[in-house]
Amino acid sequence: MTSADLSLPATAGDQRATALRQLLRRATPWLFSLPAVVFVAMFFGYPIVQNVVMSFQEYTTSTFYSGQAPWVGPANYVTILSSYLFTTTMVNTALFTIGSITFQFVIGLALALFFRRNFPLNGFLRSMLLLPWLIPLIASSAVWKWLLDQESGALNQFLGLFGGPAVPWLVDPTLALIGVIGVNIWLGIPFNVAILYSGLQAVPKELYEAGSLDGAVGWRAFRHITWPNLRSVVTVVLVLGVVYTLKVVDIILGLTGGGPANSTQTLATNAYNKSFVEFNFGEGAAISNILIVVSLVFALVYLFISRREPTA
Amino acid sequence: METAQKRRRKAPKVAVAAVALFPLSLTACGGTAASGPKSPNTLTIQDYYDDAFDPIYDACAKSTGVRVEINHVPGPGLIPKVLQQSSSRTLPDVLMLDNPDVQQIAESGALSPLGDYGLHGEGMGPAVVKAGTYDGTLYGLAPAVNTLSIFYNKELFRAAGITAPPRTWDELRAAAKRLTTGDRYGFAMSNINTYEGSWQFLPFMWGNGGTEQDITTPETVQALQFLVDLQADGSISRSSIIWSQDDVIDQFLAGKAAMVVNGPWQIPTLQEDKSIDWGTFAIPTRLATQPTVAPLGGELFTVPRTGDRARMSRAGQYVKCLVSPERQLQTAQVRQTVPADPDVAERAGRANPAMATFVTTMRTARSRTAILGPDWPKAATKIYNAVQIALTGKAAPARALRQAQGE
Repeated sequence: MTSADLSLPATAGDQRATALRQLLRRATPWLFSLPAVVFVAMFFGYPIVQNVVMSFQEYTTSTFYSGQAPWVGPANYVTILSSYLFTTTMVNTALFTIGSITFQFVIGLALALFFRRNFPLNGFLRSMLLLPWLIPLIASSAVWKWLLDQESGALNQFLGLFGGPAVPWLVDPTLALIGVIGVNIWLGIPFNVAILYSGLQAVPKELYEAGSLDGAVGWRAFRHITWPNLRSVVTVVLVLGVVYTLKVVDIILGLTGGGPANSTQTLATNAYNKSFVEFNFGEGAAISNILIVVSLVFALVYLFISRREPTA
Repeated sequence: METAQKRRRKAPKVAVAAVALFPLSLTACGGTAASGPKSPNTLTIQDYYDDAFDPIYDACAKSTGVRVEINHVPGPGLIPKVLQQSSSRTLPDVLMLDNPDVQQIAESGALSPLGDYGLHGEGMGPAVVKAGTYDGTLYGLAPAVNTLSIFYNKELFRAAGITAPPRTWDELRAAAKRLTTGDRYGFAMSNINTYEGSWQFLPFMWGNGGTEQDITTPETVQALQFLVDLQADGSISRSSIIWSQDDVIDQFLAGKAAMVVNGPWQIPTLQEDKSIDWGTFAIPTRLATQPTVAPLGGELFTVPRTGDRARMSRAGQYVKCLVSPERQLQTAQVRQTVPADPDVAERAGRANPAMATFVTTMRTARSRTAILGPDWPKAATKIYNAVQIALTGKAAPARALRQAQGE
């Protein structure tokens, strides 16, 4: 409208100014999103594209000096997929993720429900529960490694009091995976409790009051009031949990380094090893791309579910 | 007064912050070295040693007439930092590298041939020269090196009635069995799933004629079978697959292991702890006629291509000083290592009897990169994987080695 008013005595200069202003107006919505676009492109787009490119190159220590990374096509993927380690790491990743998430969620939900009651020290205990979150992972994995030690570990000494034999927690291939999952569960509980507890707070109290009049208490109240109201929070917790768990590296490296005999090697630790221990960045990138695709699947599942969900 | 008090109160917080940031600095390979304009007479040095080594740097700075800027980096952060410096062309003038890494870095073209500075490795032990040589050209030299042997608890040996240290695998196995009691293992070594585990397995593999080119040969199978047997006897803890070399020496110091495979860098720790009367012997071979072949350890000094010819040639002269016989002796003392020149090593061995076994073993020691060059890390990964597969009982030695080789 303003441009129409201004265009009465149209000189060439004015026309140009008008065109510029119009362009600016059309660009305005884009300009507003520019910071976000630049941010995403710089910190998410570029690394991912770079990682995809790298996975098709022979990117080694030499590349850093010479700047040359010969194009090898799908060779890195062929090597990775045909390695006997790949099946092992896929299975381990699945077991690690499913095991961690299931127990983190169930224990987290139980604790969240428990803390909804009124009892002394409730707030204090709830904040103590966040402790695993506050300790640096390197420190907590070192402590757990010591706790789980076969010969002098505190856990085995405790079990010894009851006459139990020394359990080779981090030494036996099967137990090592269980041990690592256990520590990760311990680590993930605070996240689950925090989110689920706040989700529970958002469930209107009146529903329970109304429900109790109709006889919905205890398990039935949970089944018909709590759970339906909590569903969207549960989806968030589970999907984020899966994505976080898939990429766990530090806790495994700290406890077992992927061993013994690769029994705790996951996609993430294997990618780390390839890239930063063997300096075979091409293969490392290939594995992490597979990991990204797996995570992406879960992200899409999340988007799909959250779209289907009736808007509150 | 007040400020002093304030500062004192603040100190713990700073310490906490420093501790919290420490892991970050390990991984972030922050670029602190790229400082401002350098004077042509100042050389930058980068290593993963500590301040104890500085007197040697200063002595060489004096004799070659340069000033030095020393940058000690934490061990695991060195290679990531070198890679970063390679791509940004900010490599130091003198770079220390762990010997198995030298060929990889040389392959990238980041290092200059030491021959340009008149250094050809004369007088050095052949394993040292091999470790520093890539594709026929010498890129790095070490003042002093190390290797592996067995430390044993003399008191426990006497108590078990063992008079002479074992020479063969059979003797070692028998001794380990006799030394094993309820809360003590006769033998300990690190079979961890890192390069450290491969390094510890090599004396058994090489000593029996095994080769990293093909790890499925009967010689290597026998070596791995020997470890499996020791474990089946109960003479070695099942935890050896998660022990680092430091964990192993801790077991020794705690009296929980009677014999341990380890290197001379542990000697100061052992001397500090007066509770144990210890000795050393060379790692036994399967047959008494086989010579001990242990891997060469230690760090080499190199001269990166920084582009500044004049400084590079000064750096060359500086490295020449670092590897001179006098500095070799000094390095051997500071780092508890064996001088790289066999003649100098003889002298050092006479002066320090604790080192004698290592000096002898060094004569037949081999560099890990001697055969495979930059491909050594791949073989090392296969070796520790095979050891782990066999010791966890997932497969018998022969199959474990085949499985790992096929990786």
